[in-house]
Amino acid sequence: MESKINRYSKQLILINSLFIILWLVVSVFPFIWTFWGSFKVKADFFSRADWMFAVTGVNTLIETGDTSTVKAYVESWTEGEFWKATLNTIIITVSVVTISLFLGTLGAYALSRSTYKYTFWILIAALIFRAMPHITLVSGYLFPFFQLNVWGILPTTIIVLVAINQPFTLWLLYSFFKTVPKELDESALIDGCSYFQAFRYVIMPVMWPGVITAGLFSMMLAYNDFTVTSLLLNQQNYTMVPKINAYLGTIEHSGNYMWAVSSVVSATAPLFMIIMFFQRQLISGLTAGAVKG
Amino acid sequence: MPHKTFFWFFFPSGLAMLLFIGLPIISSFFQSLHIEPEQILMEVEKCDPFGCKTETKVDIEATTKLQEEQPLGRFNGLGTYGDRNHLAFEEIKEAWRNSSSMSEFIDILLNLPFYKALLFTLTFCFAVTPPVVVLGFIVALSINTLTKSLKGPTIFGVILPMIVTPLIGSLVLFWMIDAKGILGATIQYLFDDPNLSLKSSSQLTWITLIIYGIWHNTPFAFVVFYAALQTVPQDPIEAAIIDGASRYERVRHIVIPHLYPVATFIILICLMDNFRVLEPIIGFAAEGVAQSLSWMIYNDLRSENKMLFGSAGATSMLTIIGVAFLLTPVLIRTWREFRTER
Repeated sequence: MESKINRYSKQLILINSLFIILWLVVSVFPFIWTFWGSFKVKADFFSRADWMFAVTGVNTLIETGDTSTVKAYVESWTEGEFWKATLNTIIITVSVVTISLFLGTLGAYALSRSTYKYTFWILIAALIFRAMPHITLVSGYLFPFFQLNVWGILPTTIIVLVAINQPFTLWLLYSFFKTVPKELDESALIDGCSYFQAFRYVIMPVMWPGVITAGLFSMMLAYNDFTVTSLLLNQQNYTMVPKINAYLGTIEHSGNYMWAVSSVVSATAPLFMIIMFFQRQLISGLTAGAVKG
Repeated sequence: MPHKTFFWFFFPSGLAMLLFIGLPIISSFFQSLHIEPEQILMEVEKCDPFGCKTETKVDIEATTKLQEEQPLGRFNGLGTYGDRNHLAFEEIKEAWRNSSSMSEFIDILLNLPFYKALLFTLTFCFAVTPPVVVLGFIVALSINTLTKSLKGPTIFGVILPMIVTPLIGSLVLFWMIDAKGILGATIQYLFDDPNLSLKSSSQLTWITLIIYGIWHNTPFAFVVFYAALQTVPQDPIEAAIIDGASRYERVRHIVIPHLYPVATFIILICLMDNFRVLEPIIGFAAEGVAQSLSWMIYNDLRSENKMLFGSAGATSMLTIIGVAFLLTPVLIRTWREFRTER
């Protein structure tokens, strides 16, 4: 490929680099800006006089005696009870990932190994389920949940998120298990293993790449969810995302707008860390099924 | 795999989906057939030194009793679907009869809540998707030319807008375009208009939301295109180079045809995902001028003391019909894929 004709001309390299830098700025700058601004006071972050105040922190210096402050963080985590929202998010995320991987691997393995026609219909049904807007499902949950008195608590939300997550997990793991050679578990079956033993001792050791990808997507769904958590949890059990929305909405917190800004940073930072480590898996999951064309 | 083994492997997952995705749809439909009970009124005679008056009051006791007997409200059939907040048959008929011109009729039509929301939802879908596909493709092409050591960090930076939840993403942008934020202030400076605000008019808010949509969705298109670019066959490209094709010609006649199926996949997923747009509207505080179908449902369910289950159910059903239209091509595509695999 490294023929002379295919070398990039200088102009092309220049235009290309400029475009990439521009696009990187568009994607990344808003986060850097918010991160920087979260250490300022509101008068600087939303500066009437000059937006440069958000960089230099003029009002922050006047109000707190330093050009940057962690006041918003301290207050939102203690007074604003963001620690509780964080704890709830951790509980929900860990449970959702664990349960949906457990159910998903079993289901997807069965789907990939069965040769009957109904697997096709199950997969089509899963596709339809995946397309359902979450808010329409929530509108179906609320009434029965009120009647059964299970509204507002964490376990309900966990189960709901696991279920909502199943179609995607099934599809992802199904296409992964299809790439695991059939001969592997078939030979175990011939040697006298039951299907479950074959799954446990032959498939489980080799399925981790697929499971990590599926787990990553379950995690993102549970961590990022707003529709389900904001409508199915009561205020005390809010996770991070509805909590941030609550900071913005209520009048009692209107003076503490910076709580929302700092909480956005607190909620986004761990997610970015995780994605940095698992970027490859994320991309392989996004493209599963798409690239085959 | 025998049926019985398959059943036990699949049972937990299938049960979860059936109970929490299948049933809610049915429950939503059931709710949409009911309407909140009316308050029972009673006439009370009130006497004071100046005479007696009859007043109508809400009979709280009877109302509560009725609510306990029929928690879902009374049966209303398909009535909710036709009322003013949904398909609004009556209002449309009236508008058709009374309006003198077509534009007046359309004006009235688009001011009805459901049609207003439908218009925004569809505008959002169809305005966001084409730029996403084009930009995603260009970004993928240019990142593909980078050296290997630069690729990783660049890709990480580019996919950030997709990773954050839409609510947080829209808030981050919203704070910047605030008249007192960096972008808002710059725009005011550029147009030399100190009162210009992206929140001031409905058109500007719509444009802001659409720009947000493009910002949020482009990384997905990029990732899929980028992966597909790795599978472009090299032989035809080399042959084209020998035949003297320019870089543009190679992209136009070899790479793009190879990516057509991937592009349709992106378009379909993009349309389906954007059809449920909700969080950006909340994040940008744009409820006043831009409502989507999902937002209508959210709004019906938000208040804790009086949730409009019937209305939310009806909008949900109508939304699902909309999704079904968008989903059909995806299903046909999957069907074909399965056919060829077997």
